[in-house]
Amino acid sequence: MKSVPGAYDFLPHTADAKFRAYGKTLEEAFRNSARAMFALITDIEKVKGKKKVAVRVKAKRRDSLLFDFLDRLLFLLDTKGLLLHDVEDVKIREEKGVLVLTGTVVGDHYKRYETHGDVKAVTYSDMAIKEEKGGWACQVVVDL
Amino acid sequence: MEIQGYHLTKEEDWLYIIKGSGRMRVPVKLFTSEKLLEQIKGDDSIKQACNVATLPGIQGASVVMPDMHQGYGFSIGGVAAFDMQEGVISPGGIGFDINCGVRLLSIPLTVEEVRPRINELLDRLYANCPVGVGSEAKIRLSDEDYQDLMVRGAAWAVEHGYGTKEDLEHCESHGSIPGADPSKASKHAQARGRKQLGTVGAGNHFIEVQQVDQVYDATVAKAFGITGPGQVVVMVHCGSRGFGHQVCTDYIRKMEEEQPELFRSLPDKNLIYAPLGSKLADDYFAAMCAAANYAFANRHVLGHFVRKSFAEVFGEEVAAKVKTVYDICHNIAKKERHAIGGEEREVMVHRKGATRAFPPGFQELPKEYRQYGQPVLIPGSMGTASYILHGTETAMKEAFGSTAHGAGRMMSRLQANRDFTADQVTAELAKKQVTVKAASKHGIVEEAPGAYKDVDEVIRVCHEAGLAKKVARMVPVGVIKG
Repeated sequence: MKSVPGAYDFLPHTADAKFRAYGKTLEEAFRNSARAMFALITDIEKVKGKKKVAVRVKAKRRDSLLFDFLDRLLFLLDTKGLLLHDVEDVKIREEKGVLVLTGTVVGDHYKRYETHGDVKAVTYSDMAIKEEKGGWACQVVVDL
Repeated sequence: MEIQGYHLTKEEDWLYIIKGSGRMRVPVKLFTSEKLLEQIKGDDSIKQACNVATLPGIQGASVVMPDMHQGYGFSIGGVAAFDMQEGVISPGGIGFDINCGVRLLSIPLTVEEVRPRINELLDRLYANCPVGVGSEAKIRLSDEDYQDLMVRGAAWAVEHGYGTKEDLEHCESHGSIPGADPSKASKHAQARGRKQLGTVGAGNHFIEVQQVDQVYDATVAKAFGITGPGQVVVMVHCGSRGFGHQVCTDYIRKMEEEQPELFRSLPDKNLIYAPLGSKLADDYFAAMCAAANYAFANRHVLGHFVRKSFAEVFGEEVAAKVKTVYDICHNIAKKERHAIGGEEREVMVHRKGATRAFPPGFQELPKEYRQYGQPVLIPGSMGTASYILHGTETAMKEAFGSTAHGAGRMMSRLQANRDFTADQVTAELAKKQVTVKAASKHGIVEEAPGAYKDVDEVIRVCHEAGLAKKVARMVPVGVIKG
């Protein structure tokens, strides 16, 4: 679990994994949260961008939006074998009182890569989304 | 003693109590030792046990086991029972991996016969029992099969040629919990599990070839099919794969969406629950049972492929004598009858990282086990020991018929990655004559024995407290993992 300065850090957590992801915008912090989560599974830099899958998620609050977004990525891993390299064009808008996230997951099939861990699920444990000096930070604990 | 501002009263060497105070409706009962308490001083597990004690309808006590460590909402290594009218059901009290559990198979071979061919055997196990991230099954399920499997669990597997009826009798709940309703498990959850039947997964899941190292109770061991030191057994540790994880995730979100005020008021969001008797609670329980049955079917199928692997290396005659010793759940909720305040009542027992340990006389047990009690299977970490124990009346009286489930982590994966290397761990295991075949090197490091509590101490406390009695101890010979 290698931290990438400026993008995401891993923090100690006994049984599972905890990370903090950063961004100048909320969208970038969400993007880096996705990257951090998949960094627990594989070396995301080595994953090629052969496949592109559009995602659209909606939720009432920012924390449930982040929860549902990361959960959707785990769903794509199990059902489409999709290992994430990055997420492009992340946009978060409010539509009729609900937050909507759209973006494109860029990655490849896991069978072509060495994986070093598995993420079972996203949790609300210690989840925090904060606007801080010059940007945003998302903190997430995932179940391993 | 004081830990993190909580006052623990020592009642026995193995039992500490935190009296109910503030919002706690019941006390916290910690089955533990001074040594084990030292290891959780820095985490949130005691706070979590106290939080559980605040939940509506909780009966008796919020119980924690010697392998207790921090979870989310509920600590791992915890048991909580709720009144069916006043109480609640909470997905966090069961865990994301619904019916994560353990199956033990006895093999008619000695370690002297198996060790010379361990690499060949591990290769066959690795080929027949997919491990690792996204591992895909060899089995393609029709829609009808899939729905049927969710309702009938391991019985479905037997009907389709995986395992025997005799295997079923040697499973907790005979490999199927009544009350499953596939329509309550989302399409996403079903899609995630579709291609994963007969796979082990990654993380701390494994299939381990073990040898019996010590027998503590020869009579019970013999009844359980354990002949003596040197006998080979195989332990399978896995759960409901993506299906269970998604069911838990879906219902955490549903419960939160439908009860926003409750969600905001909880001391910990992961404690979100639904009141028993509500549609939400009924739906979650029905979906949970579907996922639990998926896990039973999964371990049953894996048991079949363990037999097949032995057939390929040692011949059909050997494979035909491979038996299921038992199969247990350690992340589950069950409707059970327990004596509370002098009367017997049905309660919803949550076991998260805890194992049922029912006493002698329990009718569900196969005839040859009944007078001794339910087998309890406790895996250590990779490279340490595992145990078979049997359930007791004490467990029934003191802990809703429950005991510990494993060693419990004490070191974060981050720190394990800092403190150990794959080569170091592999070398350490090689010294103990343990061969590991893992899908990834990191998997080895994060699961290093040093990252886990001392399982021998966990077992010692269970035994001293009378929550389960030691029958035999096993050590690894070879492991396959993700």
